[in-house]
Amino acid sequence: MGSIKVSGLGKAYKRYASPWARLREWLSPLKRTFHEKHWVLKDVNFEIGAGESVGIAGVNGAGKSTLLKLITGTSVATEGEVSVVGRVAALLELGMGFHPDFTGRQNAYMSGQLLGLSVDEISGLMPHIESFAEIGEYIDHPVRTYSSGMQVRLAFSVATALRPDILIIDEALSVGDAYFQHKSFARIREFREKGTTLLIVSHNRAAIQSICDRAILINNGSVEKSGEPELVMDYYHALMSEKQGKLIRQTTLSDGSVQTVSGSGEVGFRSVELLSEAGIPTERINVGELVSLRLEIDVLQAVPSLVVGFMVKDSFGQIIYGVNTDRLDRKLEKLDEGERVSVTYKFPANLGKGNFSISLALTRSDSHLDKTYEWRDRAIVFSVRNTKKEDFVGLAWFGVEADVSRDLAGQ
Amino acid sequence: MIKMMNSILDRARVIKAYRGFIIGSVKREFDAKYRNSLLGSVWSIITPLSTIVIYVVIFTNLMKARLVGVDNSFAYGIYICAGVLTWGMFSEVITRCQNVFLANANMLKKLSFPRVCLPVIVVSSSLVNLGIVLCLFLVFLVLSGSWPGWPLLGLFPLLFIQLLMSVSLGVALGVVNVFFRDVTQLTGVLLQFWFWFTPIVYPLTILPDFVRDLVLLNPMTPLVNGYQTIFVYGEWPVWSELNVPIAFSLILSIFCVKLYQAHGGEMVDEL
Repeated sequence: MGSIKVSGLGKAYKRYASPWARLREWLSPLKRTFHEKHWVLKDVNFEIGAGESVGIAGVNGAGKSTLLKLITGTSVATEGEVSVVGRVAALLELGMGFHPDFTGRQNAYMSGQLLGLSVDEISGLMPHIESFAEIGEYIDHPVRTYSSGMQVRLAFSVATALRPDILIIDEALSVGDAYFQHKSFARIREFREKGTTLLIVSHNRAAIQSICDRAILINNGSVEKSGEPELVMDYYHALMSEKQGKLIRQTTLSDGSVQTVSGSGEVGFRSVELLSEAGIPTERINVGELVSLRLEIDVLQAVPSLVVGFMVKDSFGQIIYGVNTDRLDRKLEKLDEGERVSVTYKFPANLGKGNFSISLALTRSDSHLDKTYEWRDRAIVFSVRNTKKEDFVGLAWFGVEADVSRDLAGQ
Repeated sequence: MIKMMNSILDRARVIKAYRGFIIGSVKREFDAKYRNSLLGSVWSIITPLSTIVIYVVIFTNLMKARLVGVDNSFAYGIYICAGVLTWGMFSEVITRCQNVFLANANMLKKLSFPRVCLPVIVVSSSLVNLGIVLCLFLVFLVLSGSWPGWPLLGLFPLLFIQLLMSVSLGVALGVVNVFFRDVTQLTGVLLQFWFWFTPIVYPLTILPDFVRDLVLLNPMTPLVNGYQTIFVYGEWPVWSELNVPIAFSLILSIFCVKLYQAHGGEMVDEL
């Protein structure tokens, strides 16, 4: 249960020179048109199978929200088809079309009825909705007195009171506070495990990577990339920081993972190496080992400034640590053509067991959104073993010492 | 024809499936109307009651207005009430339907539900309003000894035709209103003209001949005339007079459906 098929989907908004032009078109007996079509989505094709979780990424205005509106049926497609099988619960933008003058409880009933539930069924679910939303006595206050966070809490609680076959969420969760985000993600994960198909729009890379099996990147109204969340998000990231239209290159590494390289190319990496404590290039290190990351950089064209940065990511692509030369007070300025720069970062690999990757960036300033000379995702992939430290769980090693005392005097 | 029947049946099924939402919305509407008021739903009785009292008292006692050929001293008050109360529903349905998509823009943009529910909610809540008013009016008729008897049942076909006409016109205006916001103003003006162009507060007989011929072309005239026949004279309406309003309502409803089919999909883009 719960599949979505989108084929040849397109949506165009009509633009009229003036309201009179629309009137002329309506009254035109020969069906002449007086509008220009402004395409927001064009020829979008994808399929989402039952139980799959898919994230949709894209810059603002790429057409993500329009796509969701077409899938949920609130908006009508100009061309192509959407077919949805299963019961859908959707959280589009803020709220669920709540009526500001009604209380939270009344709105919950109304939304429930719109999901096809009877009053009795909703009454049965109400305690769950209230306890999940945690908005206390506000449930009996008009929704106009709610904060945006409270509206999201209530909307999410109502929409997910019953497990839907398909859950569609548009950014909504980014409004809630950290606590509720955490709680709602737990519920989404639970639904996913029970077989709900998920479709999530988010700018939050971590959200998409941690919950989705697949990501779809929408750019300029069509599917630009679809596949592994990390791969797509790397590509998206490269696209975002590099809007000047420079080339993006993705290559498959020997271990099957994909490396994304992008940038304007004034400065580039000549070599990158991860060295063990003994100074030997390595892909396997021990917990707590003092490693060095050695980067050799060529300046191909004179640039006013250079910031060299790196990030360590876990296997889900979540960033564990990242820093750059700017933040470490090693500023590089006025670099000439043909210059070579070498940067070595030394740090103890206080990481837990597992696979990690290092992403590298050469940028003009601290913000990679300014100008990126080269961005290299998954430049180095390495694994961490634990042969010397105590057995522990988690992504990081803390070097904890335990101080335990017992007091037998009481006996 | 079969296709049309099927689509009507489809709609009926949808309405049945969403009856919970429709009934709930009507209840919530009443709730919202009297929220934060001390007397609450008592107002839903006081307001129409005052209408009836004013018309009856002013026209019967103060102006001593009489209807030619009717013995009852309350006749003129009843005559006015018969028209005003039903016209009230007519204008309520049109006014609310022409705004129904704009007023529910928030919901239309965010939720997917059958839009046919919206006019159904408007009609249901105005039927409830009319029900309250009519009950009060009937009580008055009993008390004043003017109970019309069986012809009262003639109200149902009249109201049905009136509803079809007002919903079709209202929804058609509602669709247009999404694209051209002039409709709200236009509707107000139109309804005002229409009210005075219908023999509600005056009898048809006082009009000069050429005006009367015009007023008889008005599809609301036979309907209002029917209500007055029932309440004032206690007689059945003249069915053959209803051909014009029936034809007008059917044409309007087909026009409304066509208009919705042509532009309904675009509405959300404009809201």
